[in-house]
Amino acid sequence: MLTFLTRRLLSAAGTVLLASVLVFASVQLLPGDVATQVLGQDATPEAVSALRDQLDLNRPAVLRFAEWLAGAVRGDFGTSLVSGEPVAGALWLHLRNTLLIAAATVAVAVTSSIVLGVVAGLYRDRWPDTLISSLTLAGMSVPEFVVATLLVMALSISVPVLPAVVLDGASAPVADLLPSVVLPTIALSVVMTAYIVRMTRTSVIDVMASEFVTTARLKGLGAWRVVVRHALPSALLPTLNVIAMNVAWLVGGVVVVENVFNYPGIGKLMLESVHSRDLPVLQAVAVVGAAVYVLCNLAADLAAMALNPRLRTGERSAR
Amino acid sequence: MSEPNPVDETAPESAQAAPAEGAAPAGMVRTTLRSLLRSGPATAGLVLVAVHVLVAVLAPLLTSYAPTANAPDSALLGPSAAHWAGTDALGRDVLARVLYGGRYALMVSFAATACAVALGTVVGCAAALKGGWLDDLVMRVLDAVLAIPPILALLVVVTVLGAGPAVIVLAVTVVYAPQVVRVVRAAAMGVAPLDYVTAARARGERTLSILVREVLPNIADVVSVEFAMRASWVVLLISSLSFLGFGANPPTPDWGLMIAENRTAMTVVPWASLAPIIALATLVLGLNLSADGLAKAWGVDRVKEAR
Repeated sequence: MLTFLTRRLLSAAGTVLLASVLVFASVQLLPGDVATQVLGQDATPEAVSALRDQLDLNRPAVLRFAEWLAGAVRGDFGTSLVSGEPVAGALWLHLRNTLLIAAATVAVAVTSSIVLGVVAGLYRDRWPDTLISSLTLAGMSVPEFVVATLLVMALSISVPVLPAVVLDGASAPVADLLPSVVLPTIALSVVMTAYIVRMTRTSVIDVMASEFVTTARLKGLGAWRVVVRHALPSALLPTLNVIAMNVAWLVGGVVVVENVFNYPGIGKLMLESVHSRDLPVLQAVAVVGAAVYVLCNLAADLAAMALNPRLRTGERSAR
Repeated sequence: MSEPNPVDETAPESAQAAPAEGAAPAGMVRTTLRSLLRSGPATAGLVLVAVHVLVAVLAPLLTSYAPTANAPDSALLGPSAAHWAGTDALGRDVLARVLYGGRYALMVSFAATACAVALGTVVGCAAALKGGWLDDLVMRVLDAVLAIPPILALLVVVTVLGAGPAVIVLAVTVVYAPQVVRVVRAAAMGVAPLDYVTAARARGERTLSILVREVLPNIADVVSVEFAMRASWVVLLISSLSFLGFGANPPTPDWGLMIAENRTAMTVVPWASLAPIIALATLVLGLNLSADGLAKAWGVDRVKEAR
């Protein structure tokens, strides 16, 4: 068990490392000179060479990457080209703000999608299922910025109860940000729930048709007990992976939604750094995003092992 | 395997294996269409997509307004007989922009999906058939690519190479091909150990010919469903990119861009935002319903999916 865990952790670290190589390479090595790219075509040669010095561009890329990596491991992501301040400070602040939305979204979306999915699965092809499945399809068919825009129309303009845009900076205290977390959370939850419900519904239908559920029913157990104690743990297994994937999707979805609400999170930081070609910030955000994705997958695998004893014996074959 | 006899016997067997798996091409199309049309939602999906394609093709006949013609004196009008969906802040007819916007969305999405699925299919099949170090290497790199958030990967590609349809197609290919590889590799792995592939190997056929003649026909259903399903996400992704200001360049009629432009005037002319939203949602809904229908008609399990 312990060796398996170590191996999984090492493999996860390897994936993040490889991802950061890819990001570094695509940002710094692709076409042309980074300094010219940052400053634009009509920059003076002096400005370009000054920036080249600042970015250490005259040294081999492998060395630069090694140095950047050594810093990143210690939490030092270099200096922002725009603000001239360490990237790490801004990064953690924006990450904290995004985690507020992310945590709320995951809590809302996972709870509601499991409840809705189980109801749809149990009432297969009857009206609750038809209703939930139609809503799910509608939720899957609109991008998150549309949901966000419609929410602003309904809850900020027609009935002005919640703020349409956030005016606070990234360093605002959490309490000040809380009201503005609500709308982004609803927007992201709608889209995320739509995807998870489908999986939950399918696996609930599968599990309810299996022999051990029939046995539990024949033993005379109550319907509630059959569903919650016997069917649900198995039904949640395949759902876990979909949840993990959706949490990873959240990293991207949050970019769009934060843009709609002007919310000072990691997504807004990412967009700003793309606009101003602030490469150190961009690299840091990408690596943090990759780390989140890998951690979510790892967590899903471990949770799957906790729910399913069979996976624990098949450690060797598990990837 | 040096005698000609076993070779001669396995050849017709492998030829028969294909029909057994997926029926003869003509009959397959007919049965698929029939089972699609029998299901109400799938029919609705196909009709929605067909209507979108028709409207995009016939856009110049359906409206007399040019999608990029500014008319400052008729800016921010509500729906009227002259402008069915009103006008935007620059006086451009919203309906005309929505109709023409379908052209951009459909063309770029189709090209991007086709590239991503084609590349993913080739790499996925190669990894599954060759196996060994190639497979390990491909899967390691894929894990790393998949770990980078798609929007960020797109933004990096667009920032480095500049906006424009060709770059978007390339960027979407980079982002989605790895996910297609995973699906196709899994499907090809299921086919690779079957007897007719072994027979083809024993005949000494090259990997390329095994791939084209034995494996591809038998995973065609998985690839097609992957294409339909991927298309709906590509439409969503490209519109998100436009919405963020990294997709279509401003005068282009594009739905995501229109929503971003008209969002600020939402209180004055809600239809300028609602019209592109409806167009976008119906296209994606149509693609989703069609993909579901195809998956059901062919019995392809499309639940284990990631965006």
